[in-house]
Amino acid sequence: MAAVADERRSTAPSSAERRPRRAILTILASYVALIALTIVFVAPLVYMASTAFKTNQEATRIEPTWVPKEPSTAAFDAILNRSEQTPVFRWFVNSMIAAIGQALIVVATAALAAYALARMEFRGKRLMTVVIISTLFVPPIIFLMPTYLILDKLQWLDSLLAVTIPGAAGALGVFLLRQFFVSLPKELEEAAVLDAASPFKIFWRVILPLSKPALATLFLLAFLTNWNDFLLPLFVLFSPEALTLPPGLGLLQGSDTTSYEIIMAGAVVATVPALVLFIIAQRFVIEGVSTTGIKG
Amino acid sequence: MGSGGPSTIERVGGGRPLPPLIGSPRIRARGTSSAGSGWIAYLFLAPYLTLFTVFVVVPAIYGVWVSFHSWDLLLPNKPWVGLDNYRNLFDTNSAVGDDFWNAMKATAIFTVFSVPLLVVLPLGVALILNQKFRGRNFFRAVYFAPYVLGVAVIGVLWTLLLDPNIGVVNYYLEKVGASDNIAWTTSLPWAWVALVGVTVWWTLGYNAVIYLAGLQDISRELYEAAKVDGASRWGRFRHVTLPGLRPVLVFIITITILASANMFGQAYLITGGAPGNETRTAIMLIAQEGLQNFRLGSAAAMSFVLALFLMLVSLVTFFVFRERKV
Repeated sequence: MAAVADERRSTAPSSAERRPRRAILTILASYVALIALTIVFVAPLVYMASTAFKTNQEATRIEPTWVPKEPSTAAFDAILNRSEQTPVFRWFVNSMIAAIGQALIVVATAALAAYALARMEFRGKRLMTVVIISTLFVPPIIFLMPTYLILDKLQWLDSLLAVTIPGAAGALGVFLLRQFFVSLPKELEEAAVLDAASPFKIFWRVILPLSKPALATLFLLAFLTNWNDFLLPLFVLFSPEALTLPPGLGLLQGSDTTSYEIIMAGAVVATVPALVLFIIAQRFVIEGVSTTGIKG
Repeated sequence: MGSGGPSTIERVGGGRPLPPLIGSPRIRARGTSSAGSGWIAYLFLAPYLTLFTVFVVVPAIYGVWVSFHSWDLLLPNKPWVGLDNYRNLFDTNSAVGDDFWNAMKATAIFTVFSVPLLVVLPLGVALILNQKFRGRNFFRAVYFAPYVLGVAVIGVLWTLLLDPNIGVVNYYLEKVGASDNIAWTTSLPWAWVALVGVTVWWTLGYNAVIYLAGLQDISRELYEAAKVDGASRWGRFRHVTLPGLRPVLVFIITITILASANMFGQAYLITGGAPGNETRTAIMLIAQEGLQNFRLGSAAAMSFVLALFLMLVSLVTFFVFRERKV
């Protein structure tokens, strides 16, 4: 073994001399791959946006145009002004209310609960933690039928409550924030305890300010999840004015399959807030996702 | 994480005088401070636990109860039928059993074809992104971008792109000399190619980001050591990268299997289950059975059988790929 290692070491300098050229080639090949992939990922989105600004005639032409030949906002006029059947602007407002509402509820309830689970002593703590976290592994489909029936009993069907509240019960927020609180150094709280500050005061004045990035990340993930939610809203919202954007897009597609410019205008309305939020807070979203992954 | 243990106390001790209480092993071991206890903790937990009870605990139990009934929302009576809903699913002569296993088969086909792609391709992308070069974060963001769009946007967008007559996919296929009238949404195997392809496009960036975080956790020194030992590029991948990624790999495989097995929106919007019901997935059937035909008992039974399958698959994945103890 030693001999082999020695032999290899003796050849090391020559391979080191070759390295720069190989490294440059690697980087070059990587760039080619990266740019090719970028086209694959961006082109469909560009086509969506461009189609939204076409006339119906151009949108349904066989020869595709990536930049509209006769740019037109007719599709947006149509979905924003006309139509009691497809009130896209109303869906946008509904989606905003549901997504912001749910994200706020998730952050508030999960922060309180996660703090208790991370830092307080009480009976049943271990069991409660295990039960809450383990629901992350339960396939969500089993909740669909009973949730529908519960929403029916609460008379929340066909209202925004139906798509705002149930999703806030998910355990992901508690899980993420508990991880985060456990990792915070305890010194600061201990100082506050010595000052005889109340637990709520410690939470509010000491813990929350330290947790802003974690809370922002959770807010973003919760917002995006709700904004994009499709299955539940599709089945618990019925009247056109009660829909959120995702089931609305389904309705738009179902009501007129050939008005692609109108469907794409709707898709653009659903895409822009999510994409803008992602671009502004890219780091938070990506780090949030990667910590979920690693720690999960 | 990882800043527990004695070092914390030492650092604290160095900063300012501490009461003996804080150094006591019990408190350190439990990882708690005396920030609050007893009923105050329950007060903190109350809002979340209310939600958790009403929308997680109660549905889980209520769902089982419903599955033991012929629970038709349109009928006044919901008679107890015991295990009949389950028995029907395993009776291949019954229409509902037939539908169910067709949907399970569709789900399995989709999972078998999408998971390997979604495990391997994002790893390749992450390996490229893990090098030092300009614009790394830009590319990472671009590949992740489709994931922040909902399945509804993805569905209607790809319905347009895959349109057999005016879609750009067929248009460019013709340009490169391939067939130009593939019925992506209404024929086999093209419907599966379309659904798998769209899903890979949509979620590749998500898996890549998780891989990338895992790659960055692997110590550089290990690579340096392997280089010194003369390991080739492939050797370093095989003996440093892969072992270092094992937990991340297990995680990715598990979540990707679960996500694929829960596929719904793509099929609902792009193929509508066509041709026939060939691409109708289990989730799609359950939703239709329960919330369109209002046979909630039968749908609940289906959802538990599916859930059992998924949990078994996760367990198998976990044991196959778990860390081997030396």
